[in-house]
Amino acid sequence: MAAPTSRLGTIARRLGQALPALFGVIVVTFLLTRALPGDPAAYFAGPAADEKSIAQIRESLGLDRPLPEQFLLYLKDLAQGKMGNSISTGQPVAEELVRRLPASLELTFFALLLSLAIAVPMGVLAATHPGKPIDHICRFIVTAGVSLPTFFTGLALVFVFYYLLGWAPSPLGRLDFAYVSPPTVTGFYVIDALLIGDFETAGAALAQLTLPAITLALFTLAPLARMTRASMLQVLSSEFIRTARAAGLSGATVLGTYAFRNAVLPVITTLGMVFSFTLGANVLVEKVFAWPGIGSYAVEALVVSDYAAVQGFVLSMAVLFVALNLVIDILYTLIDPRIQLDD
Amino acid sequence: MTDTTLNAAAGLPEIDERSLGMRIKTQVKHIRYVLTSNPVTLLAFTLFVMIVILGIFGPLIAPYDPLQTNASIALQPPSWSHWFGTDQLGRDVLSRVIVATRLDLLISVCAVAISFAAGSVVGSIAGYYGGWFDKISGRFIDTIMAFPLFVLAMGIVAALGNTVENIVYATAIINLPFYARVARAEVNIRRNAGFVQAAKLSGNSDARVLACHIFPNALPPMMVQISLNMGWAILNAAGLSFIGLGVRPPTPEWGIMVAEGANFIVSGEWWMAIFPGAALMLAVFTFNLLGDGLRDIVDPRQRT
Amino acid sequence: MDRRKFIKTAGATALSANVLPFLKFSTAEAAPAGTAVVVIGQTLNSLDLHRKGTNRPSYQISVNCYDRLVSFGTKKMPDGSLSYDYSVLKPDLAESWELTADGKSLIFKLRADAVFSDGSSVTAEDVKWSLDRAVSLGGFPAVQMKAGSLIKPEQFVAVDEKTFKIDLIRPSKLTLPDLAVPVPFIINSKVAKKHATKDDPWATEYLHRNVAGSGAYKVTRWDPGQQLVYERNDKWTSGPLPGVKRVIVREVPSGATRRALIERGDVDMSFGVSDKDAKELAEKKGVSVVATPIENCIYCLCPNLAFEPFQDKKVRQAVAFTVPYEEIFKVAAYGQGVPMWGGKAASPADISWPQPFPYSTNIEKAKALLAETKYKDGFEVPLSINLSLASWMEPAALLIQEGLAKVGIKTTIEKIPGANWRSQALVEKKLPLHLENFGGWLNYPDYYFFWAYLKGHLFNSSNYDNPEVAKLVDETLHMEVSDPAYEPKIKRLLEIAFDDVPRIPLWQPTLNSAMSTKLTGYEYWFHRQLDARKLGKVGA
Repeated sequence: MAAPTSRLGTIARRLGQALPALFGVIVVTFLLTRALPGDPAAYFAGPAADEKSIAQIRESLGLDRPLPEQFLLYLKDLAQGKMGNSISTGQPVAEELVRRLPASLELTFFALLLSLAIAVPMGVLAATHPGKPIDHICRFIVTAGVSLPTFFTGLALVFVFYYLLGWAPSPLGRLDFAYVSPPTVTGFYVIDALLIGDFETAGAALAQLTLPAITLALFTLAPLARMTRASMLQVLSSEFIRTARAAGLSGATVLGTYAFRNAVLPVITTLGMVFSFTLGANVLVEKVFAWPGIGSYAVEALVVSDYAAVQGFVLSMAVLFVALNLVIDILYTLIDPRIQLDD
Repeated sequence: MTDTTLNAAAGLPEIDERSLGMRIKTQVKHIRYVLTSNPVTLLAFTLFVMIVILGIFGPLIAPYDPLQTNASIALQPPSWSHWFGTDQLGRDVLSRVIVATRLDLLISVCAVAISFAAGSVVGSIAGYYGGWFDKISGRFIDTIMAFPLFVLAMGIVAALGNTVENIVYATAIINLPFYARVARAEVNIRRNAGFVQAAKLSGNSDARVLACHIFPNALPPMMVQISLNMGWAILNAAGLSFIGLGVRPPTPEWGIMVAEGANFIVSGEWWMAIFPGAALMLAVFTFNLLGDGLRDIVDPRQRT
Repeated sequence: MDRRKFIKTAGATALSANVLPFLKFSTAEAAPAGTAVVVIGQTLNSLDLHRKGTNRPSYQISVNCYDRLVSFGTKKMPDGSLSYDYSVLKPDLAESWELTADGKSLIFKLRADAVFSDGSSVTAEDVKWSLDRAVSLGGFPAVQMKAGSLIKPEQFVAVDEKTFKIDLIRPSKLTLPDLAVPVPFIINSKVAKKHATKDDPWATEYLHRNVAGSGAYKVTRWDPGQQLVYERNDKWTSGPLPGVKRVIVREVPSGATRRALIERGDVDMSFGVSDKDAKELAEKKGVSVVATPIENCIYCLCPNLAFEPFQDKKVRQAVAFTVPYEEIFKVAAYGQGVPMWGGKAASPADISWPQPFPYSTNIEKAKALLAETKYKDGFEVPLSINLSLASWMEPAALLIQEGLAKVGIKTTIEKIPGANWRSQALVEKKLPLHLENFGGWLNYPDYYFFWAYLKGHLFNSSNYDNPEVAKLVDETLHMEVSDPAYEPKIKRLLEIAFDDVPRIPLWQPTLNSAMSTKLTGYEYWFHRQLDARKLGKVGA
């Protein structure tokens, strides 16, 4: 195993490698937002404003300066941790993102947990019966899941489980209006409510989570189940499993103790990628379920050319993405000490 | 989605150096084997052929003009004269679903073709020569990958305007990294291989060696990606439509039809969303299964 | 009903620490009967109407949490629903007002018992500070104030504690009604000044997130992008206390979800439902729908005179004859609203407004008119619609596209995102052919023409320019309606509008709200935002 110091060093080096990409993201986002049609100054000035008041606002927003200068100003603000004010919600972008990120994270985590709980057994099942009907059925189900537009699945679930059957609570965001959100510790309502022992609120928050989480889980089943199956197949065909079987160990022991533990690594990598992908892709789900996350925030911001909000969103997503990959790499070395970070 | 990178991570199929004729022969045999042994793949191939036929002959098959409005028969449920019902303007949903096939197919084919072409060129050059080009293109690709991809697509379409071409470009850009990475990886591990050395020694230029000897080896894993991406491109366009950045009305397109129809589900007019949704799902489904089937053909070990 | 109980929690969220902290709801206080839940489709972005960038849905804060000097009366509509009454000005914070003998000033007497929600008395000083603020911060508030000839702080004088004077720059029929719109709301200046800084003398940062008024409600919680919670201000003196103690306004972007919520009875009101939902929900049990025609508002098709073919009046008239009005009204408006086509004569019989224009679908006539121009073979033009209003604009545009195609005018439909719409359609005025939905707050035809028919004015997205119209508007804008010269001049204005058609009216829309039959006191206002001041619940 690598010495702790060298591991810290490699982490620092990994971070260093990520910096150019982050800078690239900042540049591209800046250019992209400036290319958006529409004039935030005109929007800011509100209805019935005239040319003069729009020009005034343009000046006060710094939009009358040349692009390079605007970019430098933006960088300067960023260095001081300022992301500017959102036009559409009138709040500081950083504050909004901090408030909304837990909502998105809670949804994504929960959805992935759900997805894992279904996908991994399915993958194992398929891998232990390759080519059998059960293998085809698993494949069919996960492929069908990934073939549906998430917004469509979401609306269909709302229609059936809320409107027709009345099983699900009203799709009104994170908590029904009858509840007060629990005091913030983690920002995850379910956990926060449990922390103060308020099971009713926790249950309510969980109920709100269910439909959007199922929607996302359906979409993420495929990569997880596929990877589980593939890596299980690979492990199952390897020497040491055959040896273990030959030594007379029971099928369950071989599967659980030897095969699965060795097959889990690639699944974790996939999980990381699926996580960051899902966090970006759940914009549509958030819109359907009035979920107050960062995704729905970004959609609204983009549609109204809300520069600061779009930039803040993309940047924080990129940072999250880089951090996540790093965490996965570190996890990897913890699970399998043979792998070194610095290859 | 993320499959290519997985492919790259999970070991690369080795292509042997036997004679071309023999290779093709075994491949055909293998394809026939895969098709007959796997009913799901066979189904996917059949569906694929059907979709292509609809794409080509759609306008001839459609029973009505997909653009013809008729307010007096608006929002009618499915019936004998309108199998899929009519929409809020009295247009025939079946005809619109059929005619939309061509556009959706076109969007996904073009988007994937562009990202495939651009990704292969960038990736191959980077993998073959390395050096500064590799570094710069690598950074560029990292930058795209660090974006939340759907939001990047939204941004591009919002900035350039919502035309079919821009939807294609946006989809192409967000898919580009996968191809570039695979191409780079596949080329990189072979650039010093024996057959490459041999080709070089026999007087072939670098470009020729790259294009004719190395790159073809990268094709099989990329084929899998192409099929999966086709499905994803359709979903992507549908998602853009849902937030209002899709194809312009009145052009029929599945995504926009689902997005519009979605607003009518609660009021009981389910047919407006369900049928185009089913068509969309079927198409994406076909491409995904096809991707799996191709993977079987390319590398039986990787099959899922 | 268990879900609806408010749960005791140790303290409210720190998520929105800037909003009033530490709510404690006891179960008894939050009995469902005392609370009304309203869903809206849009997002409130500020608690301060005067702030730059504040959007329309946020105007309801001014209505529900603040008072004005004067207000409009209330009338019963033919269908039994309530509407504000433009013809009656009634006291709000001012108990009386009069024009000075020289006709140059208005004197307002403030009510002695009027207090802000913190218990302090409403003084003329507060009124002056608030009106000064309305004209000084620029942007939309200043423009709206200007419409009432209220342009500078020097006009506003606090005579004594309870007497307030406005010096008029000209006598105008618009001044008093303009004091009853949401803009000149009265702020507790003592509180606001405490939070003012050198850079921010008008306390915009504080009032953006806090309310300091005398209105019927206080804001106890605001989670931007999610919900707003009003709580009744029991010290309110400007009217009978609302029948509900608390109003929760939830933002639900999906129209389908809003409909499901009201249909299943999970919310008390869905404010601003689509025409289709209004029509269909009205037939559901337990739901009542109020659809009120929006005064002084017309949905129009606007040919832009900056686009060469539309400079020819005959081309515009030809376009007006190709529009399939009936079909559009049926398909895009689901029959909700008042038709604005099929007028009988080329000159108006009276000055009622809005009134139908003398056009109806007549392709032959359109072809004949077009044949007299140099565009007899048609031309190509993009037809632009606002994406945020796609629910009616898109079907309307598709039908217009079909109609135009019949006379050889080829159109492509451009969807423009809501925010860009403003700058492209209204500020730059560069959309050759587009749909438009302007409605004037002050209910006079001259006021509509002032905004929509004068060169350079914001809502004249057709770039129409006619010196006679400009002169007529200038003469009538401040003139009393009772003036004998008023009617003939307005008739002439309408006649020109009929003939020149720079705006082709489609229909007068309605503002629709769906509510539980248990909810009472819904009232329509010209500002088209939720007025919760009269809300009550049967069985409360």
